[in-house]
Amino acid sequence: MKPLTRVAIGAVVVSAAILLFRTLMGGSVVALFDPKGAVAGQQTWLIEESVLLMLVIVVPMFVFLFTIAWKYRAGNNDASYDPDRKHTVWNELVLWALPAVIIVGLSVPAWRATHAVDPYQPIASDAESMTIQVVALPWKWLFIYPAQNIATINYVAFPEKTPIRFELTADGPMSSFWIPQLGSQMYAMAAMQTQLNLIASSTGNFRGKDMEINGDGYAGMTFMAQSLSQSDFDAWVASVKQATSSLGTKEYQALAAPSENNPQAVYASIDPSLYTNIMMQYMAPQPSGLDEHHHD
Amino acid sequence: MEHFLLGNLTWDALPHQWFTIGGTSALILGGAVTAFLLTRYKLWGWLWRDWLTSTDPKKIGIMYIVVAAVMFFRGGLDAIMIWLQQAMASGSGGYLDASHFQQIFTAHGDIMVFFVTMGFFFGLMNLIVPLQIGARDLAFPFLNSLGFWLYVAGAILINMFFAVGGQFAAAGWLSLPPLSEAVYSPGAGMDYWIWSLQISGLGSLLGGINFLVTIFKMRAPGMKLFDMPLFTWTSLSSMVLVVSVFPILTVTIFLLWLDRFFGMHFFTTDFGGNPMMYVNLIWMWGHPEVYILVIPAFGIFSEVVSTFSHKRTFGYVSMVMASLGVMVIACLVWLHHFFTMGAGADVNIVFGISTMLIAIPVGVQVFNWIATMWHGRIEFKTPMYWFLGFISTFTFGGMAGVLLADPAADYQLHNTLFLVAHFHTMIVGGALFGIFAGITYWFPKITGFTLDEKWGRRAFWLWLIGFFASFTPLYILGAMGANRRIDHYDAATGYQPFFIMALAGVCIIALGVVAQVIQVYVSIRDRKQNMVGGDPWNGRTLEWATHSPVPFYSFASTPVVRGRDAFWEMKQSGRHNSQTDLVPGGNYEDVELSKNTGMAIYLSAFVFLFGFAMVWHILWLAAIGLIGAIACVIMRSFDEHTEYTVSGSEIMKMELSRKLS
Repeated sequence: MKPLTRVAIGAVVVSAAILLFRTLMGGSVVALFDPKGAVAGQQTWLIEESVLLMLVIVVPMFVFLFTIAWKYRAGNNDASYDPDRKHTVWNELVLWALPAVIIVGLSVPAWRATHAVDPYQPIASDAESMTIQVVALPWKWLFIYPAQNIATINYVAFPEKTPIRFELTADGPMSSFWIPQLGSQMYAMAAMQTQLNLIASSTGNFRGKDMEINGDGYAGMTFMAQSLSQSDFDAWVASVKQATSSLGTKEYQALAAPSENNPQAVYASIDPSLYTNIMMQYMAPQPSGLDEHHHD
Repeated sequence: MEHFLLGNLTWDALPHQWFTIGGTSALILGGAVTAFLLTRYKLWGWLWRDWLTSTDPKKIGIMYIVVAAVMFFRGGLDAIMIWLQQAMASGSGGYLDASHFQQIFTAHGDIMVFFVTMGFFFGLMNLIVPLQIGARDLAFPFLNSLGFWLYVAGAILINMFFAVGGQFAAAGWLSLPPLSEAVYSPGAGMDYWIWSLQISGLGSLLGGINFLVTIFKMRAPGMKLFDMPLFTWTSLSSMVLVVSVFPILTVTIFLLWLDRFFGMHFFTTDFGGNPMMYVNLIWMWGHPEVYILVIPAFGIFSEVVSTFSHKRTFGYVSMVMASLGVMVIACLVWLHHFFTMGAGADVNIVFGISTMLIAIPVGVQVFNWIATMWHGRIEFKTPMYWFLGFISTFTFGGMAGVLLADPAADYQLHNTLFLVAHFHTMIVGGALFGIFAGITYWFPKITGFTLDEKWGRRAFWLWLIGFFASFTPLYILGAMGANRRIDHYDAATGYQPFFIMALAGVCIIALGVVAQVIQVYVSIRDRKQNMVGGDPWNGRTLEWATHSPVPFYSFASTPVVRGRDAFWEMKQSGRHNSQTDLVPGGNYEDVELSKNTGMAIYLSAFVFLFGFAMVWHILWLAAIGLIGAIACVIMRSFDEHTEYTVSGSEIMKMELSRKLS
């Protein structure tokens, strides 16, 4: 086979593979390449930039690898053979310098981006930020709106173009909170609080999920995040306040018991100390009651 | 009373689900068939005397590889079951429930890491490292046997849950608390995890110490450290890591056990315990561990590329420095496994950049392999195919790794299938392809005949195509935001076609494994035609300077080394050919070798008993196991006749008869 034929066959195979993947993809969302917020946008850009920078060294490496492998094959008597070929220290140093330069080139944007999208750092915006408290329960997400005094299960709504400050904790095993199209996941752990600042650049529905295995209901621990216009959000809050359910200590204990594939729910009012209490209960040995509902 | 006798063990623990019954029947059937064949052909004595009780690294190495291969089938079956579930489970489908699915991927991870990859590498090191440095044995032959049998005890214990208990740990291969604490994982499965890893980890630690001492103290006269073959160098790097970090694993799991058994609070969420401490500790071991698995593969590829290019390694010193560099950096990057646990940007990026640094020594090694091929005469035997396949896969895995090392990008990629695709690319494309290259390359050293090339290449292509078919979809799924370890997913996510494709890929890999089995069968069948001498590849390093298969005394006379590529130098300078070695009156000195002993088996059996008893809280049995194990150690230490001498004249006679036949 002539080299040109090989290249042509290679190109056809690659194109066919790309076509196949595009077809398989159908209309589904590729979150990484469809960011809907400033954080995710920067991360997508960083990933694309890093891949391109690495290709600068990887592509020539592959060209050299296969060219040399082909040229110096045993059957090719035209190629020179020098089993004890000498080289200088400089030759070796060049081979160290090449990847070192690329890594330095990758480190600088990595440093910048890591500080820029630091999950704890409030997002600069003209709009005033909003706090939502998130409790990872086995196996559902509880969202508490302290300012609005409402709560939801497996559904979180917020106004678009508004910095959202998520405060996360868990009442159960470690979980990880993630809305892929908005960016950055963060662990939610019992007895402590972590933070995550996100913003949505437009309205829309985004999938959210748990990323850390935490028991039987792990895969079903998903939620819907909805970015609304400010007026729609205000209307939604008002509608939730019309609901009859409320979340006090007693209702919470029932809610905190393990359950799988939970439907969405809303609470018109909550016990304002609930979020703090959820964390504080771990400051003492766990009462045996918790044991009971974890043994099934 | 019943609780005293049986601990937590009840009738419920006996197999009653389809998979435990299946697993148990497979264990019993396999055992029965083996026992029948051994009895039928009267091989029990042979098995015990020549193999099980042997302290010869050449035999222990083969036993490691056999056990690792069996465990590979076990772990591979898990892989197929995982992907079958995920291919079916759009919506709420699938044939497994969540708990069973989680047990399978937990077992898959632990078995592939601890009992397959580690087993294969310890096997290859046992076979090759002593020969490469001109030693006849390891520094501590008994410890070597003990390390192997502890590994076997761990391997049996991790599979015992089929027969007794019916459930394995379901919290992922590292069992992060609080999920692994008694509150959330009350069953015996987690204790099986704890004790099988403790026992096999102890074996790994013993092995690590043994290889370090062997490499430092037992090199042939004239062999300086910087004369050592690169596989020995990478084994050294890997074993330094084993000795450095396995104690961390042991202590961490021990603390978890204290939590579970005594209700202590090291890693619980309440009463001041801190699960984040466990996450740090386990990764201080866990990250070096993945380098323990992959560094020796680099050494294998260095040997393969140099040998089949018939040219000395380009940049030997660079290669050594690169391998030591990876070794050091491996211990400084553990935090990159949990950038999303809330550490500040400064902490994260320090660990991020230190992780990226690993790409430098690894990149250097890749360039040096290419430069080694340059101006060589490359013979494309199967090991070279594995090498090219390794570069083709590993490079992409490396790129994915650099992305994951970047904290800002990792916030988006962590715990997705992108991560799963990344580390499988490293472990399969790196470590496993290296193992396959190594086994093919050294097979004639071990057996005297080569592996079939045709079936080897078929296996390679099936593996390579299957690999890309199964892991490319996972990278895409990761980009789609699919999380790892899900037993079902919403149909509207559009994940299913990619999971089906991954399943198809693993089936192609399975065909590759079938091709490998056929390859071994065909090679054994045609062994007469494929018999080769001691030096089938025109080798460069010392292991090729003796006969194949290697006689029990390894070298008829102790080789004297005058530089790197010792055997190549001997051949070039005319110091070695098959004639000079056989001249009567040559330098045949007396050789001291280690006697066989069953003590390592007895000791490991007691340790196994202890582990099993601890799983079920049967304290009297645990006491017996512990006391028995200690008694074995004491008895062994009073045994002063652990070696025997083969006189030089006997060796000369054996060498002469070999020449005449």
